Amino acid sequence: MSLSLSLDLNGMTREIVLDDPRVTLLDLLRERLDLTGTKKGCDRGQCGACTVLVNGRRVNSCLALAASCDGAKILTIEGLADGDRLHPLQAAFIAHDGFQCGFCTPGQIMSALGLLQEGRAGDDPERVREGMSGNLCRCGAYDGITEAILDVLRKEAAHKQAA
Amino acid sequence: MNRFDYVRPATIAEAVAAAAAPGAAYLAGGTNLLDLMKGGIARPGRLVDISRLPGLAAIETLDDGGMRIGTLARNADLAHHPVFAKTFPAVAEALLSGASPQLRNAATVGGNLLQRTRCAYFYDTASACNKRDPGAGCAARGGDTRLAAVLGWSDHCIATHPSDLCVPLVAFDAVVEIVGSAGQRDVPLENFHRLPGDMPQHETELAPGELIVAIRLPAAATAFAAHQRYLKIRERTSYAFAVASATAALHIADGKIVAARLALGGVALKPWRARAAEAILHGAAPDRALFRRAAEAALAEATASGDNDYKIELARRIVTRALALAAAGTPAHPPALPASPFSPVSGAPHV
Repeated sequence: MSLSLSLDLNGMTREIVLDDPRVTLLDLLRERLDLTGTKKGCDRGQCGACTVLVNGRRVNSCLALAASCDGAKILTIEGLADGDRLHPLQAAFIAHDGFQCGFCTPGQIMSALGLLQEGRAGDDPERVREGMSGNLCRCGAYDGITEAILDVLRKEAAHKQAA
Repeated sequence: MNRFDYVRPATIAEAVAAAAAPGAAYLAGGTNLLDLMKGGIARPGRLVDISRLPGLAAIETLDDGGMRIGTLARNADLAHHPVFAKTFPAVAEALLSGASPQLRNAATVGGNLLQRTRCAYFYDTASACNKRDPGAGCAARGGDTRLAAVLGWSDHCIATHPSDLCVPLVAFDAVVEIVGSAGQRDVPLENFHRLPGDMPQHETELAPGELIVAIRLPAAATAFAAHQRYLKIRERTSYAFAVASATAALHIADGKIVAARLALGGVALKPWRARAAEAILHGAAPDRALFRRAAEAALAEATASGDNDYKIELARRIVTRALALAAAGTPAHPPALPASPFSPVSGAPHV
């Protein structure tokens, strides 16, 4: 049985034909579209390494069937930078040592982008940590991750106030 | 994962017809079902994708003042719905204390009711489990039982129902709206999940092919908005299932409890309404000794199903604390750590 679907993937329309409905969004990205920035950690919705935005909301791509995403707008880590210009979150993760090995980082950054867009964390470190609890970091770079996100939140707030 | 047929019906009627095939399962958020399929625990022959059926995600206030939640409302959308979160703050708190932001963006309300137990022996296909394989036995008996049930369990199954959401919903007399080939019917949530008895494989009142379309909360349940909490003790402060949890809701007037609602989570194979405890609270003046007596009544029937005596006293203390916090009043703003019995100073280092 074949399934055809259409995705807006990082701003580009992609028409995809699936030969098997078992393909998850994560496997579609990594194995069939060569977008390997999104990582497969646990593959069971427990680690957050596979986080992408679907229609603007952060989700675990390992627990979404690709077929279910027909017509959706998907943003992955590959769609974040503007050419060589890093997204402010990417720059902040570097500035604050928000990683060590880097494996969880794309998921952390996409989750942080979701957190920013949800707009409920204020600049409260406890709310940032709670809002990022779906992303595990085996290297334990949590302090740097929290600082990086707070930095971007504070800069955005200052920017809004100035405007 | 086993091979399956994938169908995406356009209407509820088409969905119910497609799900009539033996071995069919509905797919909504997929956060529990796909996990179970990856582990070989669920092996549906057909997935009926209802995730984009129109009109099933609405959150609305009914003419009589009650509320109706469409089955496809996502956990995050319900928790942050301005009217709903103000009317049922303990439900919002329960939702926000469950899973992770990513999962709450995908998981649906109907799916939450139908999520399967997190018992490790149910998940381990090499272990005997009467739920997975009726008659096989229960490897949890005599195994690692620290998270097992202390109420309503049987020799055949000592698992617990993992839902946070269902705990306040059952306290507030939620009703489940169900559609099947024979038409529509309502089932009170309190009767929706079954205790294990000698058939732990029969988990709910849903007949094969029936679909949950909505959850209704009656108008009478809106009287508790000023005094309600959901409290949950877990093995880590975020992104973990309850070891024990409680919803306490009080209607207080002139220094007396006019009405009380109490339900527990993590202690049984269904969300556990504590009516005997509610009766003790009715008409009394709220104080710590009363709350402790209510907690003792709530756990009066509890027995350990293994090495989990500690859960009984833990649950009593969670109930006592939830009642005390409810009496103190619903917080003006959602807490930074929803449902946590620990209240760190905001901004303090995390330990």
